[in-house]
Amino acid sequence: MSTTPETAVPAEETAGHGDISVGVPGAGAEFGAGSGDAAASATRITPGNALRPEDIALAVSRGTAKPSDDAAEYALRLGDDALILAQRLGHWISRGPELEEDIALGNIALDQLGHARSFLSYAGGAYAKDGKPGKTEDDLAYFRREPEFRSVEIFEQPNGDFAVTIARQFVVSYYQYELYRRLTESTDATLAGIAAKAVKEVDYHRDHSAQWVLRLALGTDESREKMIHAFQVIWPYVDELFRDDELTARLAGTGAAVEPSSLRADFDRLTGEVLAEAELDVPQVKAAPGGGRRGLHSEHLGYLLAEMQVLAREYPGATW
Amino acid sequence: MASQPLQSVPAEQTPAQHEQSLEDAARRDAEGQAYFDKVMADDSRIEPRDWMPPAYRKTLVRQISQHAHSEIIGMQPEANWISRAPSLKRKAILMAKVQDEAGHGLYLYSAAETLGQPRDQMMQDLMDGKAKYSSIFNYPARTWADMGAIGWMVDGAAIANQVPLCRASYGPYGRAMVRVCKEESFHQRQGFEILLELSHGTPEQKQMAQEAVNRWYAPALMMFGPPDQDSPNSQQSMAWNIKRFGNDELRARFVGMMMEQVKVLELTLPDKDIRFNEETKKWEHGPLDWDEFHEVLSGRGPCNAQRLERRREAHENGAWVREAAVAYADKQSRKQAQKEFAA
Repeated sequence: MSTTPETAVPAEETAGHGDISVGVPGAGAEFGAGSGDAAASATRITPGNALRPEDIALAVSRGTAKPSDDAAEYALRLGDDALILAQRLGHWISRGPELEEDIALGNIALDQLGHARSFLSYAGGAYAKDGKPGKTEDDLAYFRREPEFRSVEIFEQPNGDFAVTIARQFVVSYYQYELYRRLTESTDATLAGIAAKAVKEVDYHRDHSAQWVLRLALGTDESREKMIHAFQVIWPYVDELFRDDELTARLAGTGAAVEPSSLRADFDRLTGEVLAEAELDVPQVKAAPGGGRRGLHSEHLGYLLAEMQVLAREYPGATW
Repeated sequence: MASQPLQSVPAEQTPAQHEQSLEDAARRDAEGQAYFDKVMADDSRIEPRDWMPPAYRKTLVRQISQHAHSEIIGMQPEANWISRAPSLKRKAILMAKVQDEAGHGLYLYSAAETLGQPRDQMMQDLMDGKAKYSSIFNYPARTWADMGAIGWMVDGAAIANQVPLCRASYGPYGRAMVRVCKEESFHQRQGFEILLELSHGTPEQKQMAQEAVNRWYAPALMMFGPPDQDSPNSQQSMAWNIKRFGNDELRARFVGMMMEQVKVLELTLPDKDIRFNEETKKWEHGPLDWDEFHEVLSGRGPCNAQRLERRREAHENGAWVREAAVAYADKQSRKQAQKEFAA
C-alpha cells in the first residue's frame, strides 16, 4: 500500500487481495503484508520445504554442497538438457493452439527451467578451486560457448508444429521420468534431492504428452498424419539419450547415477503401451550419431544460444 | 433462460394463451427488476441465474471480454523477452508472469461465458478487430527495461483499476478479479524489482530503465480511460456497482503511488506538472495526448497489426489441433456409450 493516506486504496479493498505494494522496504510496503510471503521467490511453486534453485546455490556457495568433478559434469549434462528444452518450450507461450496449451506448455517449460537452474547451480560448485569462486547458474547458461554445452540433440530439435513438439515432449518426459525416478536414490544427496522434486513434475509432463499423442493420433486424418510425421522427425534422436560413456560408468559404479542404457527397457515398454493405444508403430528410422555430451551439436543449437545469451553478453558483468 | 423475454409465439398457443404468456413474462421482468434494484441498493451481488437488465448484461460482456482480450494480447510484448531474459531467475519469473496472464484470460472468458457469450465468439470478435483490448499493448517492448516498466506501471495501473472491481456487483466477475489482483500484485512487484536492479546497476542499465519509464508513463496513465467528462459509460457502470470510482480519481491515486515509489527507484517521471493539490488532497499531472490515445485505440498504433496477426496466426495454426481434440473426445464418448449399451 502507498504511504500517503490520500493515495492509498481503502483498506477493505486490499484485505486479502490486490496488494499494490512492491515488497521493497522504503517503497511503503511491509514485508509479509498483503498477499503471501513477500520474501519468497516468485519462482517457488510449492511453498514450504520444496527444494529451490536458490537453496542449492546457497548450499554450494557456503560449501555445504560440493559436487565431485564427475557429479558436476553429470549435473551439467542434465542441466543443459532441461535448459535447452525450457528455451524451446517457452516459445509456445502466446502461440499455443488454445489458451490451455499456452498455460500447459508454459508450465512444463517453467518446470524444466527450475530443474536446469538446480542442476547448473550444483555443477557450478565444482569450479570453486584454488581460491577461485564457483560459477553461478548464469555464468554457465550465458557465458559458455556452444561446444561447452552438454545437452543431447533431441532437446535442441526445433519446435516444428504442435505434433513435433508433442513427439519430442513425449520421448523426453518418459526418459526423464525413468532417470529421475532412479536418481532419487543417488548416493549424491543433492542430485537425489533435485531428482525427487523433478520426478513429480515430470510425471505430469508424461501425462500431458501421452494424452496429446492419443488425441492427435486418433483424432482426425490430418492430425494422425502429422503425429506420424512428427515421430519420424524426432525418433532418430532417441538412441542418444540412452548411450553410456566413461563418466556414466564411473558414476554408476559409486551409485551416484545410473547407466543411461539401463533406462531403455522401461522406456520402451511404457512408450510402447501408449503408442499401441494410439495405434502407432515405433518409428523404424536410422539413429543419428549424436555427440551432444561431448559438445558436438546439431546446427540448431547455435541459433538458440545466440538468442538466449544476447542480452547477458551485451552487458557483461551486469546484474539483473 | 427464464430471464430472457419471450422471442416468438409457439404455434400451438391460442391467442389467449399467448397473451397470458406475455403477461407472465412482463410480470417476471417486473419482479426481476425489483430484485435487481434491491441488490444494487444493498450493494450485494447478481449471480448468473438471476434476472438482469439486458443493458447490464451487455455492458458486462463487453467489459469482461475486453479485459480478457487485454490479458491475452498483453502476453505478447512480454513473451517477446522470455527467450532473451538476461538471467535464468528473470526468465523463470517472466515465464510465470506471462503464464498467469493466460490464466487471467481464462478466468475472465469463463466469467463472460456465464453471461451467455461463448468463448469462441469472443475470440473471433477479437481476431476480426470487432472487440477492443487495452490500447497499451499496442506499444512495443523495446528493451529489457520495458519488462520492468510494464510490470511496475502497466500492472500497477491495472491493479489500481481492478482492485475496486473485486467488489463488482456481478459475482463471477468480482470473484475472478480477486484472484487476478493477487497475481497482479506479484507482477507489479517483479516489475519494480527489475527497475530497481537496473537503476542501481551500470550507467547504461540506469539509462535503459529511465527511458522505459519515460516511454510507458503517459500510456499507463491513459489506461484509466478518458477524463470523466468524456467517459459516457462510466456513470451507468457506477450506478450498477460495476465501477466504483471515476477514471480521474483512479488516475490521481496511481500518480500518487508512482511518485512515492519512483523515489526509491532513483528515477524520474517524465512530467514536470505533477503536484499534490493541498486543497483537493489529490495528485495532479500534466496534460495527456488524448489524440494519440484515440489513434491507437482505433487501430493506428505501432503494434496493432502485429498483435492481431500474431493472435490469428496462433489460432489458425492450432485449428487442426483443436479439431483433433474434439474428434477424439467424440470417439471416446461413442466408445463409452457402446460399452455401456453392451453391458
